[in-house]
Amino acid sequence: MNGGDDILAVEHLSMRFGGIVAVNDLSFAARRNRITALIGPNGAGKTTVFNCITGFYKPSSGSIRLMPAGGGMMRLERLNDFRISKVAKVARTFQNIRLFPGMTALENLMVAQHNMLMRASGFTLLGLLGLPSWRMAERDAIERARSWLGRIGLLARADDAAGNLPYGDQRRLEIARAMCTEPVLLCLDEPAAGLNARESAALNELLLAIRADYGTSILMIEHDMSVVMEISDHIVVLDYGVKIADGSPRAIRDDPKVIAAYLGTDEDTATAVIEGDA
Amino acid sequence: MAAPASTQHTVARDPAIVFILKKSVISAFVALILFSLMVGVRTFPGETGQLTYTTRFGELASIVAIVFGGSIVLELLRRWIGPVGGIELPATVRHVVSTLGRLLAPALLIFALLVPVIFYNQRYLLDLSILVLTYVMLGWGLNIVVGLAGLLDLGYVAFYAVGAYSYALLAQSGLPLPYFISTYPFVAVDFLQLGAWAFWVLLPISGLLAACWGVMLGFPVLRLRGDYLAIVTLAFGEIIRLVIINWQDLTGGPNGISGIPRPTFFGIPLTPGENGFAALIGVPFSPTHRLVFLFYLILALALLTNWVTIRLRRLPIGRAWEAMREDEVACRALGINITTTKLSAFAIGAMFGGFAGAFFATRQGFISPESFTFQESALVLAIVVLGGMGSQLGVALAAIAMIGGFELFRGLDQFRMLVFGGVMVLLMIWRPRGLIGHRSPTVFLEHNRAISSDVVKEGQG
Repeated sequence: MNGGDDILAVEHLSMRFGGIVAVNDLSFAARRNRITALIGPNGAGKTTVFNCITGFYKPSSGSIRLMPAGGGMMRLERLNDFRISKVAKVARTFQNIRLFPGMTALENLMVAQHNMLMRASGFTLLGLLGLPSWRMAERDAIERARSWLGRIGLLARADDAAGNLPYGDQRRLEIARAMCTEPVLLCLDEPAAGLNARESAALNELLLAIRADYGTSILMIEHDMSVVMEISDHIVVLDYGVKIADGSPRAIRDDPKVIAAYLGTDEDTATAVIEGDA
Repeated sequence: MAAPASTQHTVARDPAIVFILKKSVISAFVALILFSLMVGVRTFPGETGQLTYTTRFGELASIVAIVFGGSIVLELLRRWIGPVGGIELPATVRHVVSTLGRLLAPALLIFALLVPVIFYNQRYLLDLSILVLTYVMLGWGLNIVVGLAGLLDLGYVAFYAVGAYSYALLAQSGLPLPYFISTYPFVAVDFLQLGAWAFWVLLPISGLLAACWGVMLGFPVLRLRGDYLAIVTLAFGEIIRLVIINWQDLTGGPNGISGIPRPTFFGIPLTPGENGFAALIGVPFSPTHRLVFLFYLILALALLTNWVTIRLRRLPIGRAWEAMREDEVACRALGINITTTKLSAFAIGAMFGGFAGAFFATRQGFISPESFTFQESALVLAIVVLGGMGSQLGVALAAIAMIGGFELFRGLDQFRMLVFGGVMVLLMIWRPRGLIGHRSPTVFLEHNRAISSDVVKEGQG
C-alpha cells in the first residue's frame, strides 16, 4: 500500500461499549479519489467505525488521520462532532435517512451550506441589513443547490417538503446535501438500502460522477454487492469488529474467509463451496 | 399534539356503537369518581362546630348522566364532522379562503395602525389593545425559541422580568459611568442621570441584559431535551422571581418599584406642563396622548420583533434553528455548531422578552414580582402553541383571541376559565397544530408552497 496517496488512515482503532468490543484494533486506509467500501455481516461494527470517523463516537483507542490534498494532517479522533464536517470536511449520510423532513429539498441543501453562508452574512449582522455581498452569496448558494438538484433529478420537486419525497429521492437528496458541504471525504452509510435495481444503477452513476467531477474520496458501507463490486476500488471486510480481508473487489470475491463470514460457516466449507463452483 | 388525530384514525375502524358506548361508560365512570366527593357529599359546620354532611346522590346521578349523554353526543358530532383536515372544500371556495388568508395579515396591520384613531375616546379599548400588543410581542419573541428552534421554554417570563427590572432600576439610579480621579489611581463610578431620554437609552440596554441572561440560562440546558428542558426552564423562571422577591435592598422585594420614569416623545415629556408635548404642538393636554403614544410604541416594538424574525428565518442562523428543530443529529453532521445555534435562539428570544419587559415597566410606572409569575409564561406559551408554532400570523391571532377573549368573557366571572378551557380543548381537537399549522418555506425556486404540518417536526427540546 503506498501510504502517500491515502486520504484517511485508521490505525489500531478500538471502540468498547462497557464490556462489548464493537471494533477491535482495526487498521485500514481509504485512498484519495477512490471509492472504498466497508462491508461485513450485520453487527460487524461497520456503523461504529463510521461514527468514530465522523465524530459521533469518541474511539476508546487508536488514531484516525485525515490527509487532505493540500497537505497537512488532521487527527479526527481529537475533533468535536460538528468540527469534523466544518474543519476537516468529512461529510456523512445516515443508514436511516436523516433529512429535515419539514423543510423543502432546496432548504435542505441551503442548510448544508450553513458555514459558508454564515461567514457571508457577517455572522447574521450584514445579512440582517440585506447588504449586496450577502445577497450575492445567497444567490450563489441557491445556484449550487439548484445544480445539485438537477444532478440528482429533483429539480421539479425543489419546493416540496423533503419528508414527502419518495424513498429513493430522499436517499439521493441526502447525498446531495452532504456534497453541498464540499467535503474531501464523503462517508455513505448504506446508500443503496431500500433501492430497486434501477435506482441502484442510478446511484452507481451518481457516485462515480461525484468522484470524477469533484475529486471527492468516498468511503461507504454497503450490503448491496451489485453496488460494491461494480464501483468500489477497494474493499475492507469486517467481522465481529475485526478486519478479515482487505483488497480489490476481485480478490475479496474469492476470499474464503469473507465467504465463510457471510455464510456463517468455517473456512474449509467455504473453500469447498468455491471449488465446487469452479 | 398530533396524538388526537392519530387516535381518531384508529378509532374509526372499530365497530361504531360499541366503541361510543364503551367510551361514554368510561367517561361516566370517571365523572362518578371525580364528582362523588365534590358533588355527592356536602359538608358544613354543625351547631356545635362539628363537621356534618349530607349526601346529594340525586345531583351526582344527574351529573353522571349528563356526562354519559354528552360523551355520546360529542362522539357522534366528531364522527359527523370527520377527522382533522378531512373536509374537502371545492376549488373555488379554497381559492377564496386562500386569498382572504393572504389579505388577513395586511388587513390586521392596517387595522392596528388605525386603532387609536377609531377608538380615541375609549380609554378601556386603547388599554386593552396595548395589552394585546404586549402579548403579541412576547408571543413573537417566544416563537423564536419554541416555534423555530423547537426548544420548549417554560420560563420565558424570567426575561420579561429581567427587562422590566433592568429598566426600572437603571432609570432610577442612572447608568454607571467610570471616570478617573487623578489623586486616586482606581476607576471610580459615577451615575449618569438620563432624564427625559431614559427610556430610549435603556430600552436597548434592557434587551441586551435580558439576552445575556438568555445565554446564561441557556448554557446549563444545552444537553437537555423535551420534558427535562421544560422543567429546568420553568425552575429558572421561578428562581428569577424568587431572587427578585428576596433581594429586598435592590429590588424592593414584594413591594416592587414605583415611580418608574414614563416614556417621552423622543425627549419631550407627555405631561400637562409648559414643556409638555401638548403645549409644544399647541393642543389642549389630554391623558389619551400618552396612551396613543404607548400604543404606537408597542406596535413599533412588536413589528420590529416580527421584521427581525422574518429576516432571521431567511438567514443561515434562522435556517439552522429550524433544521435543529427537525433533526439535531443531521445538523451536527453538516457542521452546524449546535451550542451557538441554541444559545443564539435563547438570546434573541430573551432580548425581545427584555424589550417587552422595559415597555411594561414604563407603561405601568410600577412593577412588582407579582407580574412575573409562572402564569405569564404559561399564557405566552399557550399563545404560541395555539397560534401554530412558528407562524407569525398565527401567534398574533392567538394573542388577540386569548387576551381579547379573556376580557370579552369578564362578565362570566368564575365561568371565564371554564369557557377558556373548553375553547382550548376544542381547538386542540380540530386544529392540533394551532390556528395556522403549516409552515411556509424560507426560500423557493418556482412555487412558494406551504408545507403541511404533518411532516414538520415540533422539536424535542
